[in-house]
Amino acid sequence: MKGGEAIIKSLQDHGVDVVFGYPGGVLLPLYDVIYDSDLKHILVRHEQCAAHAADGYARASGKVGVCIGTSGPGATNLVTGIATAYMDSSPIIAIAGQVGTSLIGKDAFQEVDTLGITMPITKHNFQAMKADEIPGMIKAGFYIAKTGRPGPIVLDLPKDVQEEEFDYKKDLKIDLPGYKPTKKGHTLQIKKAANLILESKKPVILAGGGVIHSKSSAELLKLSELIRAPVTTTLMGKGSFPEDHKLSLGMLGMHGRKVANIVVDECDCLIAIGCRFSDRTTGNVEEFASKAKIIHIDVDPAEIGKNIDVNVPIVGDAKNTLTSLIRNITNIKISAENVTKAKKWTDYIFDFKNNCMPRLSFEDVPLKPQQVIKEIMESVDKDTIVTTDVGQNQMWMAHYFTSKIPRTFLSSGGLGTMGFGFPAAMGAKVALPESDVVSVCGDGGFLMVCQELATIKEYDIPIVVCVLDNRYLGMVAQWQKLFYDGRISHTRLGDVPDFVKLAEAFGVKGEKVERPGEMKETLKNALNSGEPTIIDVIIDPDEILPMVPPGCGLTEIVGEYKVEREFSGEIPYVKPAHGGGGD
Amino acid sequence: MLNQPMVVGVIDMDEQRSHIISALVLHRPGVLQRVAGLFTRRGFNIETITVGTSEQDDMARMTIIARGDGKVLEQITKQLNKLIDVIKVRDLEPENTVERELCLIKVHAPAEHVRSEVIQYANIFRGRIIDVGIETLTIEITGTPDKIEALIDLLRVFGIKEIARTGPTAISRGTKII
Repeated sequence: MKGGEAIIKSLQDHGVDVVFGYPGGVLLPLYDVIYDSDLKHILVRHEQCAAHAADGYARASGKVGVCIGTSGPGATNLVTGIATAYMDSSPIIAIAGQVGTSLIGKDAFQEVDTLGITMPITKHNFQAMKADEIPGMIKAGFYIAKTGRPGPIVLDLPKDVQEEEFDYKKDLKIDLPGYKPTKKGHTLQIKKAANLILESKKPVILAGGGVIHSKSSAELLKLSELIRAPVTTTLMGKGSFPEDHKLSLGMLGMHGRKVANIVVDECDCLIAIGCRFSDRTTGNVEEFASKAKIIHIDVDPAEIGKNIDVNVPIVGDAKNTLTSLIRNITNIKISAENVTKAKKWTDYIFDFKNNCMPRLSFEDVPLKPQQVIKEIMESVDKDTIVTTDVGQNQMWMAHYFTSKIPRTFLSSGGLGTMGFGFPAAMGAKVALPESDVVSVCGDGGFLMVCQELATIKEYDIPIVVCVLDNRYLGMVAQWQKLFYDGRISHTRLGDVPDFVKLAEAFGVKGEKVERPGEMKETLKNALNSGEPTIIDVIIDPDEILPMVPPGCGLTEIVGEYKVEREFSGEIPYVKPAHGGGGD
Repeated sequence: MLNQPMVVGVIDMDEQRSHIISALVLHRPGVLQRVAGLFTRRGFNIETITVGTSEQDDMARMTIIARGDGKVLEQITKQLNKLIDVIKVRDLEPENTVERELCLIKVHAPAEHVRSEVIQYANIFRGRIIDVGIETLTIEITGTPDKIEALIDLLRVFGIKEIARTGPTAISRGTKII
């Protein structure tokens, strides 16, 4: 068998049915194999989008996403997408072509040190110098990518290795003596955590992306209701807990919900699960949850104590650890006093939450983003996958949009990659063709990757992209307004392009929304049409999202926090479905 | 000094000192780059690093001297452990560790009396003369970094032409292995 055939066979043996790629000189042997193969290949229009699409595929499905790019510029174009996946612990495999082994190091045409470049942004990377190494590397790659804390893998593949003949062996064993991810949390630490939780009067749970990766939403819900602790999430944790649940506080952090930021400041016990205490989540670490004892559960030991000192560290998979923690708590007899204090705490939370629900309804023209998001929520199902780009559009969505189930809110958190939303939506739709996929972008980020309109048209990938169009790099402009005396330096994007015409140039349907009520109708029609659609939504450029300035504590929110005025005083309590809600 | 708390028998996490990290790694191309790159990226400081084969054929042992407080060291060891090619990592306790470094010093010694003086110093430090040139003597010395520093200081007056140091390598005392 040839090296190139081994790649495709190995990918298919690992259940890969689709790859996102862009060919090139050194990939000719591999693409010649793809020509005869039944592996679905989606030709993107820029390698960065191949990586984002593979990432979106992975985030939506929980499976490993695969992307391919050629050597040199192909590989460097993949880099942003790989780094995005790395920061958000998304399992992807990026296959990069490389110049022939005899040319490596000679500064050959389209040669770049892919291995060196991607070392700091991958969980691991490989270079196959002989064809017989390929099956083992792919097997190890899949194993490493999806176990423990997931992450991206790069496979660097010289041209001659793709052509080299070798004997393909079945039932290959791989040995990774340096890779043994911890699964089970330490029993004594879990016991300690259980006691700490029961001694506390004001517990709060902070759920991160790890809850989604480990499929432990059901356990999270169970724990929250058992100890009556409200749940706030990080951006990556959005969807891990149903946000229409009475105990949900929404997202925490720099652009988090007011109720979440204040409650975390007040709590006396913070149970952090599968999160890494990013600066965007914690604000000033000195002031973060300063009255609380902190329990930190994470599968990656290096995350514990990295940013925040914790009282009870537990290294382990969230599902395993939460199950055991719940069992420990259930075994301890809960006193009447415990029940009273839990009730006091949750009553306070419910009341507080009711009084600071963000206002969503606005009749203004140009449209307020809150109103747009409200109408989006009215037009989608709970299992609709939404992706966001980065900036105001992302934080508005994170703040106002109610996510109910895991893997339905996809966003570039750690790296904050503009241009992520659209190609990620493409990947998500390819992974789950039955689900509706809506991407909410800004005009800046969408324009960075708009060439993918060709891809969604050619492959008929019916996603709907809502471009929140304010002609600004909104988030940077917001900071300029708040912290740089309103000196709007190079964040005004000008009057071009016409997004409707841009879509039409690619044969994609383009719609424009300008008034309240139009968004709901247009989005519903677009989703029902089964056609890819771009909706240009003209929004108010002056709307800002209240935020915590960098370096400040989470309660120091600047900007007016508009609350829902006509609040009825009763949040519909959704009865949780026990045992379900996992992945 | 009266008000200073005494720290006895506990690890002071805030103390800044040089730590000796011993790491067993897969003997593969790129592993040094992975380790060195990690230090750069995370802002950790490597003072020295030595690499050589180990008791196992396909593995190498790295000895890294890094400066930092307890928290930094904890992060270094955890981050190193995350590398797939790193098998084991240990922050060696100074009191239970033997540490040795090899140093070659080329000293300017054209005159007879200078030569004999240099040779005497080398002997006191249990060094050896490994090369004699018309104007220079080259000394080989092995020992702890402190001892090497002391000899270098003594030789400075003669004029040192060149120094090549390996950086310390280390192993724990007794039966303990990593």
